[in-house]
Amino acid sequence: MKVERPIPLERRTKLPLPLYSGRVEAGFPSPADDHMERMLDLNEEIVRHPAATFFVRVQGHSMKDAGIHPGDILVVDRSLAPADRQIVVAMIDGEFTVKRFRRSKGKIFLEAENPDFKPIEIGEDRDMTVWGVVSYIIHKASSQP
Amino acid sequence: MTARFALVDCNNFFCSCERVFDPSLAEVPVVVLSNNDGCIISRSDEAKALGIPMGAPLHEQARRIRENGVRVFSSNYTLYGDMSARVMAMLREAAPSVEVYSIDEAFLGLPAGFGEAEAKGLRERVLRWTGIPVCIGIGATKVLAKLANRHAKKNKAQTGGVFDIDRCPFADLLMGNTPCDALWGVGKRLASRLRGLGVGSVLDLKSADPAAIRKRLGVVGERMLRELNGISCLELEELPPQRKGVIASRSFGSPVEDLDQLREALANHVARASLKLRKFGLLATRVQVFLCTNRLRPDERQYHPALGVSLPSPTASTADLMAAAGRLLERIYRRGYRYKKAGVMLAPLVSADEYQPGLFDAPSRESAAVDKIVDDINRRMGSPRNPVIKRASQGAARSPKGWQMRSGRRSPNYTTDWHELPVAKA
Repeated sequence: MKVERPIPLERRTKLPLPLYSGRVEAGFPSPADDHMERMLDLNEEIVRHPAATFFVRVQGHSMKDAGIHPGDILVVDRSLAPADRQIVVAMIDGEFTVKRFRRSKGKIFLEAENPDFKPIEIGEDRDMTVWGVVSYIIHKASSQP
Repeated sequence: MTARFALVDCNNFFCSCERVFDPSLAEVPVVVLSNNDGCIISRSDEAKALGIPMGAPLHEQARRIRENGVRVFSSNYTLYGDMSARVMAMLREAAPSVEVYSIDEAFLGLPAGFGEAEAKGLRERVLRWTGIPVCIGIGATKVLAKLANRHAKKNKAQTGGVFDIDRCPFADLLMGNTPCDALWGVGKRLASRLRGLGVGSVLDLKSADPAAIRKRLGVVGERMLRELNGISCLELEELPPQRKGVIASRSFGSPVEDLDQLREALANHVARASLKLRKFGLLATRVQVFLCTNRLRPDERQYHPALGVSLPSPTASTADLMAAAGRLLERIYRRGYRYKKAGVMLAPLVSADEYQPGLFDAPSRESAAVDKIVDDINRRMGSPRNPVIKRASQGAARSPKGWQMRSGRRSPNYTTDWHELPVAKA
């Protein structure tokens, strides 16, 4: 296809644009002004208890079937009490780990979501503290997998 | 019953903050150091049990630290500030009025019916939500609340970290066993004057004759006595008092002799101090610059000059203040001294709203506009510690400098930097 000579844009008016921000002093008010709402703030949806919410970075593959991958950010809400089947961040052996919390027949387990990893049983001899409940998982769409 | 007070106090606050984000610190002795890693300013219970004193210079404790596997941290005020804000936000939800007394302490004006059970609930909730253990003392006055808090903390095993002195049948016995210098606002000097009057214990002061105390110790002593008897004289101060002045100074990581290095350090202090003025809508009327050599090195020549100048018109402009401070520095600087510290003081201050420019004042509007843009960009893209835009006189970013603080063992900014989040193994 042949490219035509570009048509020069006709400049009829000069529109003075404010460099930073500021009101347009003259002209008709926008008909949308009355219907303007503030913008959505993602924090409002994701962070229900700001004082108790922390972000934690994921390392490792043991939770891949739960959609948790290396580099993801976990939104951890410490105000929530851990219940059976919830995903939690726990302190065990001097480290943070993210696992599925299981409570069945008076026993507590931390389960991986990857067949290559065995569940960890929390017996009398094992110190484990649930640090917080994972309320959201932030996964960058372009990252692997 | 009229309104009562609580004093909420975070236990070993800086150490507790470090512990929230580092599971390897559980049940291990932990200490946090002052600016420049000089002294120990926070100790975990385990570190206290080892006999490490508060305020001890780090080098004096080196052996004890090594032999007991004590974990040592530089102070991380970014982290502590964020954790403090979380705790204070929870306290504001629990009580109708709150006076933030320090980074780790707050007085609450309690709602009716708030007693030990409610305080225990609050303590549990703060611990679960933020990971920070607190102690809560309750009393009819601020002095009593503070005294109750002391007992709650000292006898955590019995009190569970919560104590209501108004409801305690043994309150007098407790006060009889408590020396006066344990009281809020009673220092060593006042305590020894009290002892001179035969007032040794808190109970002695409580049951003393108000007129006699007033005569000997003035209104402060009488107020203390009344507060101990449950008559509230000290109000909750919810608004921070108007700042009278701003000081920005730091000790150098290693001694500085060179004028250019001093100028660079001072420019950074002026930048921080003037930012603070703008944040609170204040203007400086006077600038003072000071230098110190190391007083702890009697073998070195000592020089502690300070010089101030009144400004032609009150200002919060970084450029104006830097220029004034720079001239002062040149006048006081002497070659051949090993300087330990440089600083700037902006005082007295006036409120920018109240200040009426004089007829002949040249308002530096340009400079104010530049400051506003720089502040905006720094707020959005940088941090107070690491501004993205600096004046040339502040020196280039990230080049290691003799004047910069030592903070080699600082923990990550777990809650304020996306690159330093805590890591969980999956």
